[in-house]
Amino acid sequence: MTGHLKPTPGPVVSPPAPSGGDGRSRPTNTAGDAGRRPAGRRPARSKLASRRNRSAGLLLAPFAMLFVAVFVIPIGYAVYQSLFRVRRSGLGLGPPETVFAGLDNYTRVFADNSFLTSVGRVVVFGLVQVPVMLGLALLLALLLDSQVVRLGRFFRLAYFLPFAIPGVIAAVLWSFLYVPGISPLVDLGGRAGVEVDFLSADTILLSIGNIVTWSWAGYNMLILYTALRSIPRELFEAAEVDGCSGFRIAWHIKLPLLRPALTLTGVFSIIGTLQLFGEPMVLRTMSSAISNSYTPVMLSYQAAFGLNDYNFAAAISVVLALATFVLSYGFLRLSTRGST
Amino acid sequence: MSSRQSATDPHRSRPQRALRSGRRGSPAAQLSTMVLLLAVAGYFLLPVWWLVVSATKSSGDLFGTNGFWFGSNLHVADNVTKLFQHSDGAFSRWILNSVLYAGGGALAATLIATMAGYALAKYPFRGREGVFAVIIGAVLIPPPLLALPLYLLASAAGVVDTYWSVLIPSVVTPFGVYLARVYAAASVPDELIDAARVDGAGELRIFFTVALRLMTPALVTICLFQFVGIWNNFFLPLMMLADDKLWPLTLGLYFWNSQLRDQPWYDIVITGSLISVVPLVVAFLALQRYWRSGLSAGSIKA
Repeated sequence: MTGHLKPTPGPVVSPPAPSGGDGRSRPTNTAGDAGRRPAGRRPARSKLASRRNRSAGLLLAPFAMLFVAVFVIPIGYAVYQSLFRVRRSGLGLGPPETVFAGLDNYTRVFADNSFLTSVGRVVVFGLVQVPVMLGLALLLALLLDSQVVRLGRFFRLAYFLPFAIPGVIAAVLWSFLYVPGISPLVDLGGRAGVEVDFLSADTILLSIGNIVTWSWAGYNMLILYTALRSIPRELFEAAEVDGCSGFRIAWHIKLPLLRPALTLTGVFSIIGTLQLFGEPMVLRTMSSAISNSYTPVMLSYQAAFGLNDYNFAAAISVVLALATFVLSYGFLRLSTRGST
Repeated sequence: MSSRQSATDPHRSRPQRALRSGRRGSPAAQLSTMVLLLAVAGYFLLPVWWLVVSATKSSGDLFGTNGFWFGSNLHVADNVTKLFQHSDGAFSRWILNSVLYAGGGALAATLIATMAGYALAKYPFRGREGVFAVIIGAVLIPPPLLALPLYLLASAAGVVDTYWSVLIPSVVTPFGVYLARVYAAASVPDELIDAARVDGAGELRIFFTVALRLMTPALVTICLFQFVGIWNNFFLPLMMLADDKLWPLTLGLYFWNSQLRDQPWYDIVITGSLISVVPLVVAFLALQRYWRSGLSAGSIKA
């Protein structure tokens, strides 16, 4: 420990320092140390630094290896698969062969009517459901944060509870509340003289939106609420003394400060919308209004397991992943622009 | 002075609240807020209440009685017995599978993510920010979109329809690494690490004896969220597992539910749904203070 007489600068604030190695490659500490401050040249010190970086590599290695296996290789493989197609001979007698198809699968995806329809459907869904859900979450968070409310703890837990219920189970649960005969809601409506059909072609998207909102509004509320609680109270006190109403405080002080949290919930909601799958899959049992290509993910599932067209399914997945990435990144950029 | 002091903790101070309510809102405004909040609570809680009530009903009562109140007699024991005997006890097997996937997966994921997050927070190696950016990018990839590529790869590798095909993807949580890094940077002081080094402790030992203990809240948060994520996972097992002996609860219940048109076993699906929900609700209630801190770390750093 001789090289360690003076305290090292805090790693978090210091610029990228001692030596190479990002956990996947073996630490090489030549270039890195040479470019570093003079102290780094001392042999004892550089040996120490390299030993430390080896430890960092060891700590990072399990995650890095699994990450490559579960993210990098599958995505690469899907991209690769999407460039091929299976050709069957005219009579279907010979063995099918896999041939390079270039971007054919992608042109097929964008020419596919059911794909475009399903994308349009989730876009419409997202444009309505995400603002409604986040609006509700925001309203609840602001109300619970304003000090007039009693029983705050109870309300927070009550609103959050649906998050603990698996999406598929939530869908099963709501499907029972939608289906005539067993549903107390349809029952109530009938007694009041209103015929409600939650599962018709006109209402089914709203019914799905309701399930998603029910599952996630409380979770988003809690994120916003937590962010609100971390704002120093003095800010509101001052405004209050100046005669600001609760509403104006919420609008002019709390809302701007909530922007990062709203961005976070917005990004995750957009991602959630594009991957809509479990809810429509469950409701499909009850409603004929849901086709097997109702959402993009259902379509890719259908392509892979219904039609055994893995190459086409891979192309759909790649397109969706890119779209998700671009959308959430764009949203991030858009909503952080102007705020430094 | 009292107002100054209680400003940090308004919920607990009565005089403060009285002062505020006088200034902030009329009794009418307070009442309408309360009514609104109660109505919303009803929206969130009634479906769960319906599930609880329905799990106590016989098949006949399910269709014949008021959905939001108990039937003529309690059928809980019958329903549970029927559920566990159905299809040669498939349900208990699915419970065990879910516990294995979610429990084993979450524990492994937590350790792996914490190690990585700590390394990224405390070792300023070259390329660190690049590695971190890639991990953050991966957070933005929705799991269902990854499931198909995973399936293609798994079928090429011949591990489809095994426990591993679901377990291995479950132990990787980029969001966990992100949380662990944020938390390690904030809660493990560099001075402490340096002191341990001066005392002659190795880097790994410092991590396992000093850092892990300081990061306990983050560990619990990551573990809980990963547990919920795996427990709720549906798309990946749906693709990977054809053998119903390997199914987790969600997949099994989904399958039973999809057969309802031909098989009116509503009582079984309802009771099974309730039982599958209980562990998570209990975990969330018991571990409240942990996941709250995790949520705040997530929202502040966004």
